[in-house]
Amino acid sequence: MQKVNSPADVAKMRDYCQAAFARRKLRFLVCAGTGCIAGGSLEVYEEFKRVISERGIDINVDLLFEGQESEAGTVTSGCHGFCQMGPLVRVEPMGTFYTKVKAKDVEEIVTATMDENTVVERLLYEKDDGSHATTELDVPFYNRQQRIVLGGCGTIDAEDIREYFAVDGFKALATILQDLSPEQVIEIVKDSGLRGRGGGGFPAGRKWEAGRNAKATPKYVVCNGDEGDPGAFMDRSVLEANPQSVIEGMTIAAYAIGAEFGVVYVRAEYPLAVVRLLKAIEQAKEYGVLGDNIMGTGFNFDIEVFQGAGAFVCGESTALTLSIEGKRGMPRVAPRPRTTEVGLYDKPTLLNNVKSFAYVPDIIREGAEWFKGIGTESSSGTAVFALTGNIVNAGLIEVPMGIKLREIIYDIGGGIPKGGTFKAVQTGGPSGGCLPESLLDTPIDYDSLDEAGSIMGSGGMVVMDERTCMVDVARYFLNFTEEESCGQCVPCRLGTKQLLEILNDICAGKGKKQDIDLLIELSHSIHGGSVCGLGQTAANPVLTTLRYFKDEYEAHINDKCCPARVCKDLISFRINEDKCKGCTLCARACPVSAISGEKKEVHVIDQGLCIQCGVCMEKCPNKFSAVDCVSPKIPVPAKEKTEVPA
Amino acid sequence: MSKVTITIDGLQISADQGMTVLEAAQANGLYIPNLCNHPDLKPAGLCRVCVVKMDDWKIAISCKQPVKDGMVISTEDPEVQQIRKNTVELIVADHPMTCLTCEADGKCELQRVAHYVGITPEGLNRYRRKVRAIPIDRSNPFFDVDHSKCILCGICVRTCDELQNINAIDYAQRGVASFISTLGAKPIADSRCESCGECVVRCPVAALAPKGAQEPMREVKSICAYCGVGCGVMLGVRGQKVVSVQGDRDNPVNKGSLCVKGRFGYKFINHPERLKTPLIKKNGKLEEATWDEALELVADKFSKSKGDKFAALASARITNEDNYLIQKFTRAVMGTNNIDHCARL
Ligand SMILES: Cc1cc2nc3c(=O)[nH]c(=O)nc-3n(C[C@H](O)[C@H](O)[C@H](O)COP(=O)(O)O)c2cc1C
Ligand code: SF4
Ligand code: SF4
Ligand code: SF4
Repeated sequence: MQKVNSPADVAKMRDYCQAAFARRKLRFLVCAGTGCIAGGSLEVYEEFKRVISERGIDINVDLLFEGQESEAGTVTSGCHGFCQMGPLVRVEPMGTFYTKVKAKDVEEIVTATMDENTVVERLLYEKDDGSHATTELDVPFYNRQQRIVLGGCGTIDAEDIREYFAVDGFKALATILQDLSPEQVIEIVKDSGLRGRGGGGFPAGRKWEAGRNAKATPKYVVCNGDEGDPGAFMDRSVLEANPQSVIEGMTIAAYAIGAEFGVVYVRAEYPLAVVRLLKAIEQAKEYGVLGDNIMGTGFNFDIEVFQGAGAFVCGESTALTLSIEGKRGMPRVAPRPRTTEVGLYDKPTLLNNVKSFAYVPDIIREGAEWFKGIGTESSSGTAVFALTGNIVNAGLIEVPMGIKLREIIYDIGGGIPKGGTFKAVQTGGPSGGCLPESLLDTPIDYDSLDEAGSIMGSGGMVVMDERTCMVDVARYFLNFTEEESCGQCVPCRLGTKQLLEILNDICAGKGKKQDIDLLIELSHSIHGGSVCGLGQTAANPVLTTLRYFKDEYEAHINDKCCPARVCKDLISFRINEDKCKGCTLCARACPVSAISGEKKEVHVIDQGLCIQCGVCMEKCPNKFSAVDCVSPKIPVPAKEKTEVPA
Repeated sequence: MSKVTITIDGLQISADQGMTVLEAAQANGLYIPNLCNHPDLKPAGLCRVCVVKMDDWKIAISCKQPVKDGMVISTEDPEVQQIRKNTVELIVADHPMTCLTCEADGKCELQRVAHYVGITPEGLNRYRRKVRAIPIDRSNPFFDVDHSKCILCGICVRTCDELQNINAIDYAQRGVASFISTLGAKPIADSRCESCGECVVRCPVAALAPKGAQEPMREVKSICAYCGVGCGVMLGVRGQKVVSVQGDRDNPVNKGSLCVKGRFGYKFINHPERLKTPLIKKNGKLEEATWDEALELVADKFSKSKGDKFAALASARITNEDNYLIQKFTRAVMGTNNIDHCARL
């Protein structure tokens, strides 16, 4: 079966693909998400290919479709999410879940699975109680999650559209083309309560309706895959792991608003996403589910991929459409018509985030009520986060809206590593805020986060422990926004610069008493005076750290003390005379030779030479722990003047 | 055009439908501070200095906000004042403090706005001051580009685009690093800039400033003598000397616009070598003559040169009508078709 010639053919195609895949007894699925690739998963995959082929098994998937049976095969999939434990391998149909797999482990996995019917215990995930989890369902990181938009991530081969057909891919598109009017599709999206996942949380159904009602033609559907937040890789993972879901979602949207042309805007730093998308588009056209006369219904929709040059601000909808037009990516100034009225090439344009589109096939298939049943009243469905920072289980997670921050950090994330204590969690990337321990019971939904001073954003979540300086964190984000501001409006361009310089001064011990007031005053003016979301939210990291960690600012300014011992200009290293055993390790490691002392004698740091790199503290053996980091700084004694004889 | 009534700071004013709040205010003699607005250009809404409170809740940018009947605008709302003040302080903190030696002193929009919002030394001292050090581009013979004074209002960019259709300059880079640049950041003299100076006259500060301009003591209305268009000019005069030229905004021909020659090519007027009488060559030497002498001599020589040995080359500095007469003269009087025009070369 080579083509879908009618909506009814989609079910046949599914059965056909399922039957073919069922001819393969075993499948070794290797995660080829960015994290796992960095960990060497592609070598693991090559090794699986080699080891399986050595057994005389042809792993060519096409043979399955020619009716041949196969003992085993191997494929790569998109990100499974548990990047901390990568490279990850899953053996199907049993679902055996291996972590930290190296190429040298492959032979053992294959032998255990195919010859001995056992598992390789040492590669299984070890739970807190020391027992092993055999499948993902057993791993705490996964079992609190609900994966919808990431559902296809880590289960299918993104480069073979037949795998997508086998899991009911394009069924939703077939359903609407056959049975539903555009208005009915919009009604479903509205009823589902889906809110845009690009950060703003605008109700998707209402946007689609506006797109439908726009009079001018042609109309466009644009998918926003710019994803510029530092540390975020949710959209990237969806595009790399399951580009078909985005294509299907966009096609449904095109039908709903009456568009024939779409663009996916992907940042050029995501080459794999671009390759997979292009491949998926090509295959979708080949199979008749995209392009001219889709499924023989006479409906046409084509998609192009546009690579953005990686400016954060180009993720803003109006800057994005200008950027596609080849112009400078600067947000349009309000009051301005909505993008659904005047968008790409000044035509009505429906612009949604990657995830927003990727949810749509599921919503159509399972129904609006199903989606509404997940999450909370005002924020239905799931939320996707890239969990990073001082957390045991870093990775990509999908959780029902309404879940508490605490559950994410402790139950899924496994808490703070190495006995550290939680200090703050940052959501929403550079536009978000830092929330303290006392707010860990805040439910994750658009409105609660907003109230707490942060935002949902597009899904970055950085966990910080007590060794994090909150002034330094605010400075980090301001550094980002200052560089990424497009620069057209004054409060954003010069305001972020001013905030950054003040924060730099505070971190350097040059803060002034009135700086806190000025930070607050400027933050409000930048918020009120800026054109786009970047400027309007740029001060959030400053405002929330000031709101919850003001004492740290005061310590920096008044006492020249960095309580977290991070700001280099405010700390000193000192060797404790009572503890130092004179092992000389520190003196040998110091890059500027600031440490003196004879063997077996107490060592001393010359504060005038020390550059606060902290190597001595790392090198000092744990059993001595003789190096302390102190703040405020130990004053450097003024160099004695040498009398120059006249 | 239909009229609407809006209220600004308690004053009811009447405005044309389609006007912006700022235009309506200006048409009624009310000042709302602004930096990136220029009446000849489409509003940009970038400097954020013209913020106002609309209908008691919404922060609006008055240069972009269209008027609506019954709209209530406040320019003195505390939130709006705070944004405006911080915005102006930020610009000033980023600006060189060389007012007294600056080309724009006295006509600088930034000075006007700073004065209006009330910038104080104490207020300013709270800020970290760092003025961008970018070398002045002196490549153009008529004007200098000093990026350290530029407030990035974009008026020059829009002028070159919307009015001149030349697009010699645009924003380059991003954020605080952004600056007004030619293609490839070449010196402006090596760009496609035609030195018309339209941007220079509109620059609200002295980031674009004419070289060696002097303030005139009086202005004289005149017509540019360079070409047949006949643009209206205001010649700035000091003593007996022309020290500046401005386009005459009231002149229907050019409505204030000028080209490079009309705007900057005025030094010939007071040049010691300027020709003021005809010269006739006598014994190999050019000597001053009267117009009667000169015309007689030409007429005499012309009448001996009829037919195809004669040719006329007409000048673009005279009007269309004069050009018509020359070709008529050449054909009808001199009896030849040997006629051409410098604009064709
Ligand atoms: C500075 C800035 C950056 C943005 N970056 C992104 C982005 O990378 N991806 C995204 O989907 N939306 C981004 N947005 C939000 C978009 O403007 C837009 O609201 C969104 O793509 C609409 O899709 P949604 O309704 O599905 O969320 C950004 C907004 C701003 C102001
Ligand atoms: S707020 Fe910042 S990024 Fe947004 S338009 Fe203004 S200058 Fe550009
Ligand atoms: S002088 Fe004229 S051509 Fe040159 S940049 Fe200015 S407006 Fe453009
Ligand atoms: S050069 Fe002058 S007109 Fe151009 S952006 Fe700078 S300040 Fe504005």
